[in-house]
Amino acid sequence: MSDIVIKAENLGKKYTIGHQAERAYNTNFREVLMRGMRSLWHKTKGFAKGEPVIQGDSMEEFWALKNVSFEIRQGEAMGIIGRNGAGKSTLLKVLSRITEPATGRVMIRGRVASLLEVGTGFHPELTGRENIFLNGTILGMTRGEIKRKFDEIVAFAEVSQFIDTPVKRYSSGMYVRLAFSVAAHLESEILIVDEVLAVGDIKFQRKCIGKMSDVSGQGRTVLFVSHNMGAVEQLCSSAILLIDGRISSRSKNVLSVIKDYVFVNDSNNFSCCWENPGTSEFDNDYFKPLRFFFSDKDGREISQMPIRNDHDIWINIVGEVKKMDPALYFGIGVFTETETFLFGSMFFDGHPNVWPEVKIGINTLKCRLPKHTLNEGVYKIEIHGGLLNKEFYFFPGTNNPKIFLEIKGGLSESPLWLEKRLGLFAPVLEWTN
Amino acid sequence: MKECNDYDLVNEPGHMERHYWEDLWRFRELFFVLALRDIAVRYKQTIIGVLWAVIRPFLTMVVFTVIFGRLAKLPSDGGTPYALLVFAALLPWTLFSNALSESSNSLIINSNLIGKVYFPRMIIPAASVVTAFIDFFISFIILIGMMIYYQFVPTWHILLLPCFIILALTASLGPGLWITALNVKYRDFRYIIPFVVQFGLYISPVGFSSQIVPDKWRLLYSLNPMVGVIDGFRWCILGGESLIYVPGFILSLAIITCFLWLGVYRFRKMEKTFADLI
Repeated sequence: MSDIVIKAENLGKKYTIGHQAERAYNTNFREVLMRGMRSLWHKTKGFAKGEPVIQGDSMEEFWALKNVSFEIRQGEAMGIIGRNGAGKSTLLKVLSRITEPATGRVMIRGRVASLLEVGTGFHPELTGRENIFLNGTILGMTRGEIKRKFDEIVAFAEVSQFIDTPVKRYSSGMYVRLAFSVAAHLESEILIVDEVLAVGDIKFQRKCIGKMSDVSGQGRTVLFVSHNMGAVEQLCSSAILLIDGRISSRSKNVLSVIKDYVFVNDSNNFSCCWENPGTSEFDNDYFKPLRFFFSDKDGREISQMPIRNDHDIWINIVGEVKKMDPALYFGIGVFTETETFLFGSMFFDGHPNVWPEVKIGINTLKCRLPKHTLNEGVYKIEIHGGLLNKEFYFFPGTNNPKIFLEIKGGLSESPLWLEKRLGLFAPVLEWTN
Repeated sequence: MKECNDYDLVNEPGHMERHYWEDLWRFRELFFVLALRDIAVRYKQTIIGVLWAVIRPFLTMVVFTVIFGRLAKLPSDGGTPYALLVFAALLPWTLFSNALSESSNSLIINSNLIGKVYFPRMIIPAASVVTAFIDFFISFIILIGMMIYYQFVPTWHILLLPCFIILALTASLGPGLWITALNVKYRDFRYIIPFVVQFGLYISPVGFSSQIVPDKWRLLYSLNPMVGVIDGFRWCILGGESLIYVPGFILSLAIITCFLWLGVYRFRKMEKTFADLI
């Protein structure tokens, strides 16, 4: 047979969830008693039939996974992406046999190590040494294997000094490092990893990503769930996007799947123009964004994407300043489609003499994005702002007003430069003798 | 279905794994590690530590000897000192009740493992029983001390004691497996077990000899599987004076086996849904 190591056929997983009906506040004792009796009767009936106890007045069936089929070949590193609640973790649970699917089946060839949580089974009272053995065994290593790798694990975690101290005395960073380190030394043909890279400080995170790419470099199969699009792009050779428990796209081209994800994530407002929906979502005491759009040098709004890169693009923020504060600032942040924060720019970036005027009432501020700066591709531009060194009202990467810019063509006047270049930026720099 | 054979692992609804018992063997190291963890953690941050395993059965023995032996003046088996009679029964009873309570709470206590890693779930209740076993060994020292004190020499019967230790563990594991599985779905059982254990102490022949039960009721009395186990312990430790009532013993054995089968069967049935319900 072929080199398919994981084969999922038509997987489905159903949960039943209970809803609590809304209660009136002034219920009397008799009503409470009656409700208690009714609920007791239902639960007893459920017990007789062997149904689980679900708190609530009405039940709803909910498919966490539906019709999920895919095949993974030996040595493939597959990323699974999707927003919270899309079924990623459920899928991993089914794949690692923690839970049973409601429909379909999954078939696996080889030893599976799944890492759905850092430090599963760590006991606070036990020492680092004891916990390495405990956690390693839980993850499926044999005693001999752990012994052999013990020094390596301790060194990687950088905790050799405290190895005989109970882990409850560890700092949270040490704890997490030790836990990841055990998992990183698993030797299995298939590795299933859920979002564990989001731990530790930046330095350690980098070390983890390095370790993960070693793993996939060794011809082992990796399944990787993360919200860190950069890590997915770096580690994975293919990706699937889950939306509401279904596979929405799957491709060897990781970037295109990530693009789908970023698009879908913002499906309701993926456009090159943003307008305040009139809700209180973006309200604060000082500054309320009203419109956010692109325009050309003559101030004409750009409503069609993609656009060429041989003209300057103006980014316009129309907003109402409700209260003045010397610390009040706002500006933009530019992100790639993998959610990498490229750069930010605030209206106070230049010399104070050239700052635009900001007054109480409605202001329009424009920011010039010089031609030949960005590469071809899709960029997300967010409004950022707040009170300088005091408070963020629009923190980078959170739910901010955003517009999308798609650049295609016009990268340079050079006849040898017709298409997208490698690298994030594509500036046309000056060359002389 | 034929395609499945090419793969090592299959996960599908209602699929009982063919290799379950093999798997259980493969994960034997996990069993030891979990048992070791429970033992290591059991008396951490206590002042007298492992002495707790000695003090509790000892005090119970004293109280039972005074109440049943001195005040109620119940007869002992032959010339056996009453304190020995009580302690020979208290040993298996403590083993049984500890094992039952530990195993029936084990899945809930280890819920973090169940939601995050795969392994044959039966390892958890099985490993939790080991701590009860260790406590048993420690309190066994008291028995030896008491035998020296009363200058009581055991007969060859004592060589058969391991069989009855296993029987006591089996007796607790059967219901323990069933209850711990039910506990995942219905937390009510958490409250039932302490009650059952307390209740069982009085309906089992711990503070008195089972020979004081009228003959016509003895078979009925043996429906309590611990009657057989306790009689067996007394027969081993105290020698010839404590007789095993054979039909009752066979009945106890049958019930223990039946519970074990039921426990394993129910546990296996519910196992795959633990992660969803816990």
